[in-house]
Amino acid sequence: MWKFIVRRILITIPQIILLSVLIFLLAQAMPGDALSGLVDPNVSLEQKNALREKLGLNDPWYQKYGEWASGLVQGDLGQSFRFKMPVADLLEQRLINTFWLSLATLIITYIIAIPLGILSGRYNDSILDSSITGYTYLGFATPLFIFALVMLWVFGYQLQWFPTSGSVTPGLEPGTLEYVLSKARHLLLPAISMALIQTVSTVQYLRSEIVDTKQREFIITARAKGASESRVYNRHILRNSLLPIAAFFGYEITFLIGGTVFVEMIFGFPGMGQLFIESINLRDYSVVNAVVLIFGIAAILGALLSDIILSLVDPRIRIK
Amino acid sequence: MSNKLLEINNLRTSFRIGDKYYAAVDDVSLTVNKNEVLGIVGESGSGKSALAFSIMGLHTKARVEGNIFYKDQDIANIAPAKLNKLRGDDIAMIFQDPLTALNPLMKIGDQIAETLILHKPEMSQKQRKDRVIELINLVRIPRAEYVYEQFPHELSGGMRQRIVIAIAIANQPDLLIADEPTTALDVTIQAQVLDLIRELKDDLNSGVILITHDLGVVAEMADRVAVMYAGQIVEIADVHTLFENPLHPYTRSLLNSVPAEGQDKLHVIQGVVPSLQKLPRNGCRFAARIPWVDESAHEENPELHEVEPGHFVRCTCYSHFYFPDESKEAQVHGNS
Amino acid sequence: MAILEVEDLKVYFPIKAGILNRTVDHVKAVDGVSFSIEQGKTYGLVGESGSGKTTTGRAVIGLESIYSGKVSFNGTDITNFGRENSALRKDVQMIFQDPYSSLNPRKRVLDIISEPLRNFEKLSKTEEKKRVQELLEIVGLSPESILKYPHEFSGGQRQRIGIARAIALKPKLIIADEPVSALDVSVQAQVLNFMQDIQKELNLTYLFISHDLGIVKHMCDDIAIMYKGRYVEQGTITDIFNNPQHIYTKRLVSAIPDINPRNREKQYRIRQEVQREYANSFNDYFDSEGLAYGLQPVSDTHLVALPERG
Repeated sequence: MWKFIVRRILITIPQIILLSVLIFLLAQAMPGDALSGLVDPNVSLEQKNALREKLGLNDPWYQKYGEWASGLVQGDLGQSFRFKMPVADLLEQRLINTFWLSLATLIITYIIAIPLGILSGRYNDSILDSSITGYTYLGFATPLFIFALVMLWVFGYQLQWFPTSGSVTPGLEPGTLEYVLSKARHLLLPAISMALIQTVSTVQYLRSEIVDTKQREFIITARAKGASESRVYNRHILRNSLLPIAAFFGYEITFLIGGTVFVEMIFGFPGMGQLFIESINLRDYSVVNAVVLIFGIAAILGALLSDIILSLVDPRIRIK
Repeated sequence: MSNKLLEINNLRTSFRIGDKYYAAVDDVSLTVNKNEVLGIVGESGSGKSALAFSIMGLHTKARVEGNIFYKDQDIANIAPAKLNKLRGDDIAMIFQDPLTALNPLMKIGDQIAETLILHKPEMSQKQRKDRVIELINLVRIPRAEYVYEQFPHELSGGMRQRIVIAIAIANQPDLLIADEPTTALDVTIQAQVLDLIRELKDDLNSGVILITHDLGVVAEMADRVAVMYAGQIVEIADVHTLFENPLHPYTRSLLNSVPAEGQDKLHVIQGVVPSLQKLPRNGCRFAARIPWVDESAHEENPELHEVEPGHFVRCTCYSHFYFPDESKEAQVHGNS
Repeated sequence: MAILEVEDLKVYFPIKAGILNRTVDHVKAVDGVSFSIEQGKTYGLVGESGSGKTTTGRAVIGLESIYSGKVSFNGTDITNFGRENSALRKDVQMIFQDPYSSLNPRKRVLDIISEPLRNFEKLSKTEEKKRVQELLEIVGLSPESILKYPHEFSGGQRQRIGIARAIALKPKLIIADEPVSALDVSVQAQVLNFMQDIQKELNLTYLFISHDLGIVKHMCDDIAIMYKGRYVEQGTITDIFNNPQHIYTKRLVSAIPDINPRNREKQYRIRQEVQREYANSFNDYFDSEGLAYGLQPVSDTHLVALPERG
């Protein structure tokens, strides 16, 4: 099994390198650069060119990539033109915020998905099942950004149960209980909004796994042994159906990334997603590059995690 | 005490297609005695597997009517909890496909142990493990301790089928139902598995219902044989009578369609087995397959007739039946 | 002259392992098989799962790549011509085991059967339709079925559609891989009879691959028994069934259930005896790797895998 894992990890290295090259080239291909938006329009073309030369903006791409990549390895993500500070410092707090938001979303996603999926799968074709699948269809059909706006309007502005922007109430001392609670309160609404939409695919996946496993022959073997229905469900059907869900976990991370971009913008939550959009607007490429790279690496690591989980829990893969 | 282990009376198992129910097992009655192998022969669609599932109470969506007396309990009309006490303990089943009958994510040992946990909860963990090892040895799989820790995909088809058998015999059942236990296996493995079932039967004095499409397997194993066609038993007799003096046209056709010594041309049964919905519910169900036999030969509502002690044949057409390539006079024989 | 000649055929599958997934070894699926079939005869290839019988058949028709050895058809070397060789494709056809999955469910019978015709013969639509109807008639299906889809047929009928497709180009050799093992007894009879009939009519040669000795005995003139990629015995029906020499053959023959219930005890005793002999003399019949030895002739027609004497 460890051979499989080592091989799987080895595969991720070229994946990440390729990703970084791609990101770099894409960013280079975008029109305009950091100077176009920043420099006084009265500065002459010659002066601008001299400035570009000085900043290394006219070097060939591979040279720029080399500098950028070697910086990356040392934790140097470059300078943000807009904030005039190292990108790494800028990202740190954002990254932490987004991490907590994602974690909260994941937890809520599973809290909703597992019971709903199990009920829907076990009592398939009942009224309960139809209402749950009805919810999932609705979830698939509703765009996240509209749903998030509605949630913000209802629970943030109308009912005023939750704060409407930011990640913490200003002026609180980090480390105090109040600070932590305030953080949690700021997290909750965006996390719930995202989870309610995100969870529907997991609900459906779990449901179809259960419906599928129910019809497998080894379930008949279990019944023929004299196992009660509850034992058949707990020992055989659930265990076997949850396995692919566990493996799906890593891929959830990929979906989360897309979600955070919308949700952070709508809820004014200072995370990676918000930073991403802002940086695009300002052509702050060093930041955009860094954010996309981190998102990309997170997705690759998510896939890696899925495969490793699967190899750990499924004996059929373990052997290879 | 009587020798009778199982008595099925007028069993009808129907499946729902659209908004109507269609009987796949239609008015079947039979008995199984202790230390007896009852072979049930039929082709696909004959209802033989549906019959086995009915006895085990494994149908989840079918309607099962009639009585199935195991000893003195009617297990067709019994509370699920009581049935679960019998299943896997007194009555056990061997399934057809060893590749799908085992849980792919559970260790072999745990799958056998489960049936012990369910029916012998007083066993200690150690006793249970010892018994599982003993069972794996009993079905002649080498390195039992090692196999205990393995998963189904690590074993060959023949080994898996033996594990399925080990699960079935774990609690020394009085009645063993084997549904095509060797169809998926190679001939040499088939011979070993059949010998194993026979030896177990002799040791435990159990009754066995052996369901198969293979007439050779029946000839090797069964004491009595029931032939099923389109949901009904068309002939039932002891094994020697059935092979030496088969009467029902279907039995005779079936026997003539297997390659045998000195046979030049195999017999082909005309037409096809009708689907459940299109099955004629009145009259002789085999009539359409032997159109050259005069209509008047069939009964209106064919019943099983006892033509000699213990030998039952459905419909009167048997006494008028002949193969189309034989002369009519030469073949009319029977007990009329 | 033999229509098909196979000399020392080897088909190896690579085993990949390690972090870099390199080929570390080979599975010798077919390991030095030689045989020849005369025109109009049926040659049976018998073995249990994993014996290499199916792989042999697939290699002959070019569906597996051959590691070494030579396959000649009508005197021409066709070893590595593969399926691209059109003469081979026309003259050698295959019938597959599973009539449920070997026919494309989305195609009509007309399209299924005319596919080989379209590849090789330029026929007009009406000619093509006529040919397909003739073929359907040969296999005993009503010519009206040309517009139906495979799911509208029973297993036996589907197998006959498969046969109709195989004989569409008037092949000389048909490789039949377990053609009836997915079918019910009575349907089996129908397909087997039919295969015999068209054999006479079209002077076909069969390479008949099966695990069922009863059927092989009924269908074949000569048979070979395979075990782990090698031949253990080859001979006429009489050689193999009445005078088996190799312990593996004896074991296989003794395992066939006897249709006469009176022989039950006798069969059981023979089986036990053979099983004992098999256990005791395994080393006399198989080499240190548990594989069969090279073939030694015991008569003109009968070859047995035994260690060389002396």
